[in-house]
Amino acid sequence: MTDAAQTGPAHGVGGRPQLAPPKLETGVLGWMHHNLFSSWANGVTTIVLIVATVSFLSSFLDWAVVRATWTAASGAECRGGGACWALIHEKYRYIFFGSFPYEQQWRPLFACLAMIAMLLISSDRRTWNWRLLAIWTVGSFITFLLMFGQLHFPFVLFLIIALVGGGGGMAIRSRVAESGELNAYRIAAAIGLVGVVLRLTGILPPFGITIAPFSYVETGSWGGLPVTLILATYGLAFAFPFGILLALGRRSNLPLIKGLSVGFIELIRGVPLISLLIMASVMLPLFLPSGSNIDKFLRAQVAVILFAGAYIAEIVRGGLQSLPKGQFEAADAMALNYVQKTALIILPQALRVVIPPLINTFIGFFKDTSLVLIIGIFDFLNTANSALVDPAWAGFPAEVYLFAALVYFIFCFSMSRYSKYLEIELNKGTRR
Amino acid sequence: MAAAARDLSNTPSVIELRVVNKWYGQFHVLSDINLDVKEGEKIVICGPSGSGKSTLIRCINRLEEHQAGDIVVHGVTLSNDVKNIEAIRREVGMVFQSFNLFPHLTILENLTLAPIWVKKMPKKDAEEIGMALLERVRIPEQANKYPGQLSGGQQQRVAIARALAMRPKIMLFDEPTSALDPEMVKEVLDVMIELAGEGMTMLVVTHEMGFARAVADRVIFMDRGEIVEQNQPELFFANPQNERTKLFLGQILHH
Repeated sequence: MTDAAQTGPAHGVGGRPQLAPPKLETGVLGWMHHNLFSSWANGVTTIVLIVATVSFLSSFLDWAVVRATWTAASGAECRGGGACWALIHEKYRYIFFGSFPYEQQWRPLFACLAMIAMLLISSDRRTWNWRLLAIWTVGSFITFLLMFGQLHFPFVLFLIIALVGGGGGMAIRSRVAESGELNAYRIAAAIGLVGVVLRLTGILPPFGITIAPFSYVETGSWGGLPVTLILATYGLAFAFPFGILLALGRRSNLPLIKGLSVGFIELIRGVPLISLLIMASVMLPLFLPSGSNIDKFLRAQVAVILFAGAYIAEIVRGGLQSLPKGQFEAADAMALNYVQKTALIILPQALRVVIPPLINTFIGFFKDTSLVLIIGIFDFLNTANSALVDPAWAGFPAEVYLFAALVYFIFCFSMSRYSKYLEIELNKGTRR
Repeated sequence: MAAAARDLSNTPSVIELRVVNKWYGQFHVLSDINLDVKEGEKIVICGPSGSGKSTLIRCINRLEEHQAGDIVVHGVTLSNDVKNIEAIRREVGMVFQSFNLFPHLTILENLTLAPIWVKKMPKKDAEEIGMALLERVRIPEQANKYPGQLSGGQQQRVAIARALAMRPKIMLFDEPTSALDPEMVKEVLDVMIELAGEGMTMLVVTHEMGFARAVADRVIFMDRGEIVEQNQPELFFANPQNERTKLFLGQILHH
């Protein structure tokens, strides 16, 4: 045994001195040695790629920053050889907000901020309960009040909310709630039902609440980033539960529900989104009673919801299929009913598994909203595109598209990082 | 220690199977099953794979549907009526071969889920019951971990505690130790033996004959969908009557 009073490097079990690892294996040098220069071929490739990247970046930065023109009075002045960011400086109001009345453009700005705030707050897991409904109701109210300027709430809307809320509450909380709470749901549903019937039969006159703080701006004048955000946010917010219901319906044992779900999914997936938008815009008015006019923007929104819902349904169905049968059996054996089993056991596990393809779909649809150009709605990409039409500023497509790409990248990359965060957060207990 | 032969003739029946038949398509998987389980009785069901023993106990809590015959649990006849099925499932707890714990919930949440949502118990009471059960299966310190962090034997003990959380009158075990490493089999069997000692009615599908000798009132041998032979454990192992029983025991008791 070695003498305990020895100085020098720490001693291991056998008494041999413990040496430090070789310098070339650890730290930055070690990483470079292993990853970049581990063999001759790798070393040469590394050098070639570094040279190529540096030269590309330097010429790009030269064009984009060094020789760029940042302000100019017209396109002619801007041909200094570098990027013409003056075009963006000149046109950014139109690119972001389209043909919304110029002096009122602070409204769509704040509407965008409200929606972004709503999304950021919703991303925190601590809000994933009833608070979510409150946040979205308030956020949506602010957004649409700003965009429209004037909102009219027919009384029927509140009656329908009472009916749906009461009915839903009765169905979901029937096992768990006290009788007082259940009675509240029953009363709400009853009032809602009676009121809707009275209104439909014409006995109750139409009246409602109007809130009109600003001037009215119809949806035809909306454009730019708010349009993209509204179509994507509300499209996916409604498509997500709709897709889940479709997926559950497709797995149902009841032939009618299963048939309807399968039929809907296959029909919607079988046609391009453009054709759905055109059908919604052109054909739907033919089927409706003449005179009634459903807003074009609403039609586009519904088309996006239906389309995204079908795709989300198939992703969720994949997640449902991946669960071992034992999970369903254990839930059944504990006397959980279908709603409890699905909400507490099945969906939490199924959705966790399919976070990557779901966020993938969300990112794709965020950009697919540009297709609404086909029915004359100008979302962000289309307003950017229109900025090129001005003859005084002709000839700078790269700057406009790079700028649009940058904005899209900010949103899509954020979604992608959030997806990563969600995967880690929600799978804390399992070894993934 | 072998269980002393008990006279259960005066205790009420809690499960009755009368001429129960089941087919998977054309395949006749349960054939004229007649079984009477008394309150507090412990029955071990054994047999070769494919004999229908798992199917039999899964029919009792409607995880499988029988096509002919009657199954009556605590006076409630098992049918397609959802109310009957749920009433029976509240009284009957089940432990599975692959544990089937819910991986996205902690151990304590696994235990309290059913009492809270099915019995409308307040969360605090459910958690107290849950912790008491974890003490009983001797792993109270694991309450806030996730199932993925526990060993197989611990997971199965949690599964037993989870089934007990609903205070069932009957416990069904579907090969509870078959998926466990040998050193963990004992800890689970010990819990089951304790449970048996407290008077629970148990139907256990297993290959653990030591457990059968220690605890069972009756051992049932099934083969190809039929109950071939049933007897008290000492008589069953010492003096099997049927040829098929003898063949099976010869295979299973010699390793």
